[in-house]
Amino acid sequence: MVAGAQQNGQVIRLEEVRKTYQMGTEQVHALADVSTVFGSGEFWAIMGPSGSGKSTMLNILGCLDRITSGRYILEGQDVSTLNDDALSEMRLRHLGFVFQSFNLLAQLTVRRNIELPLYYLGWEAHRSAARAIELAERVGLGDRLNHTPTELSGGQMQRVAIARALANDPRILLADEPTGNLDTATGIQILELLKELNAQGKTIIMVTHDPKIAQWAPKRLHMLDGHIERIEED
Amino acid sequence: MQQVRILRNIMLGVENLLLHKLRSFLTTLGVVFGVGSVVAMLSVGEGASKEALDQIRKVGSNNIILHSIKSVEEVGQSTTRSHMSVYGLTYDDAMRITEALEHVKQVVPAKVVRKDARLGERVEELRVVGTTPAWFDLVQRDVIAGRVLLPDDVRNLAGVVVLTEYGARRLLATENTIGQTLRVGSEYFEIVGIVRSEEGMAGNIQMPDERTDAYIPIEVARERFGDINTRRSAGSFEREMVELHQMIVEVDDMENVEVTATGIQAMLKRFHKKEDYRMSVPLALLRQAEATKRTFNIVLGSIACISLLVGGIGIMNIMLASVTERTREIGIRRAIGAKQRQIISQFLIETVVLSTLGGLIGIGVGLLIPWIITQIAGMPTIVTLKSVVLSVGISIAIGVVFGLYPAVRAAQVDPIVALRHE
Repeated sequence: MVAGAQQNGQVIRLEEVRKTYQMGTEQVHALADVSTVFGSGEFWAIMGPSGSGKSTMLNILGCLDRITSGRYILEGQDVSTLNDDALSEMRLRHLGFVFQSFNLLAQLTVRRNIELPLYYLGWEAHRSAARAIELAERVGLGDRLNHTPTELSGGQMQRVAIARALANDPRILLADEPTGNLDTATGIQILELLKELNAQGKTIIMVTHDPKIAQWAPKRLHMLDGHIERIEED
Repeated sequence: MQQVRILRNIMLGVENLLLHKLRSFLTTLGVVFGVGSVVAMLSVGEGASKEALDQIRKVGSNNIILHSIKSVEEVGQSTTRSHMSVYGLTYDDAMRITEALEHVKQVVPAKVVRKDARLGERVEELRVVGTTPAWFDLVQRDVIAGRVLLPDDVRNLAGVVVLTEYGARRLLATENTIGQTLRVGSEYFEIVGIVRSEEGMAGNIQMPDERTDAYIPIEVARERFGDINTRRSAGSFEREMVELHQMIVEVDDMENVEVTATGIQAMLKRFHKKEDYRMSVPLALLRQAEATKRTFNIVLGSIACISLLVGGIGIMNIMLASVTERTREIGIRRAIGAKQRQIISQFLIETVVLSTLGGLIGIGVGLLIPWIITQIAGMPTIVTLKSVVLSVGISIAIGVVFGLYPAVRAAQVDPIVALRHE
């Protein structure tokens, strides 16, 4: 199945996806008949002003939210009708999240934070510890394993978050304003890390409102009022 | 593998609780005191009833005890100088009970003689009981020295006396006194043994050997001292004729005790015009004591359960607060791929760990309180395994019951909303 997905090159496919919210008596179309395809190994930026539907888009791509109508195919599997448990399973096996505010568990050490997905995957303790060490080294934090997030700088926290997102070895990384809480220099380091991961084959979809950040992605999808306004490619 | 996983989940739960040591500790306090009070109350109740039951058993649950008492009319007349009161159980009563009632195994009569007795230089007024050797089968006491009365003593009308521990103390007799001569009134007896004696009451029943100083064969008592007791008190004579002061009726089986008691009651009523006897049935008291114990346990148990309930509510309250506080954590875990039931089990494990831990500490408290009560108030307390197991079970159940709602609430948090939660 994975081989098949790689063959046709599509890891994510949206077909006339609609997301409607009920706001009192009024229906709000957060996404209105969006159809698009994200290919394997691509680096995308989703852009748009607030209210354009880019966050809804990311939540749906991340299997955190359900679509109202249409079809969403992730890794060759139609996830539009899956139940909560199955969606959790999709997140666990195929996706990695990187958030603007890092979303690390403050009470856990760096190592434990990175191990978190492996815990839900049911890995044995020594195996997940080894994996966590490997990933921490990969993001340059091999010496911070037993620190808690509060003892780290913003850039370091985001590296831990990226390491955690990589723990389950997903093919897709979803990043929501990953540099939003960082200064410019640190932000660039994080973007360089994402680029490096993309070069290693990860499909990356990054939501941002900042055009300068978006320039890091070779493919950019502009959204407006729940529609895809245009797609740019370098 | 499954066990390893559960163990790991529990470890993680414990770790999480240790992050908030004070809060976790305060949360468990409710359960600690709840379980502590359950164990302590049950142990006090158990101890109190066991003491009563033991004493009743000492009298013998197969026995029915009859006492001669002065009827109310007699008490009024006894001030008259020349009056002699005649009352109480008779030899005929003993014979009739032995022969007429089918379940009666044997009747042990006892006749009380009060005489001044002299041992060496020591003179004391003794309460001497004339009885048969069977007495020592029914009122079982350890033999401290020598022997008890034997059938041969009765046959030979032997002038032998067995002292009780109580009587021996009054006469300053020791083991070496065995073989010496005790003068009772104007008669001489050889001391052949000393037996232990029981003081005090058993529930509402007097111990059969209470304040008894010595035993002699009943035939000897009758022959040498007769049936008339004369007492000089405050310048007046008190003469009374009592054949038997006490009878212990042994019934063949515990089940027949009540029937036999009714039979005896009916028979005595027919032959005694006045009610100059009193019957006590240890078994009836035993039953009563057991019923009281049950009631006692239910009442104490209910009170303890209320405190456990309060403890449980405390846990639920804190866990609900904790769920709100950890909404973001829940969102993160869900985003990473945790299923709802994994979130439920995470929170449930925490509450069960809390409540079980509270239960274990509570058992410690529950062991300590009875110990202190015993030390200070001298009340007997018994901690039964049953109450300990019950408490642990209850505390685990509390963790599950009161943890379930917060855990479900946690699992139902929308991950998108949770991730935005500050």
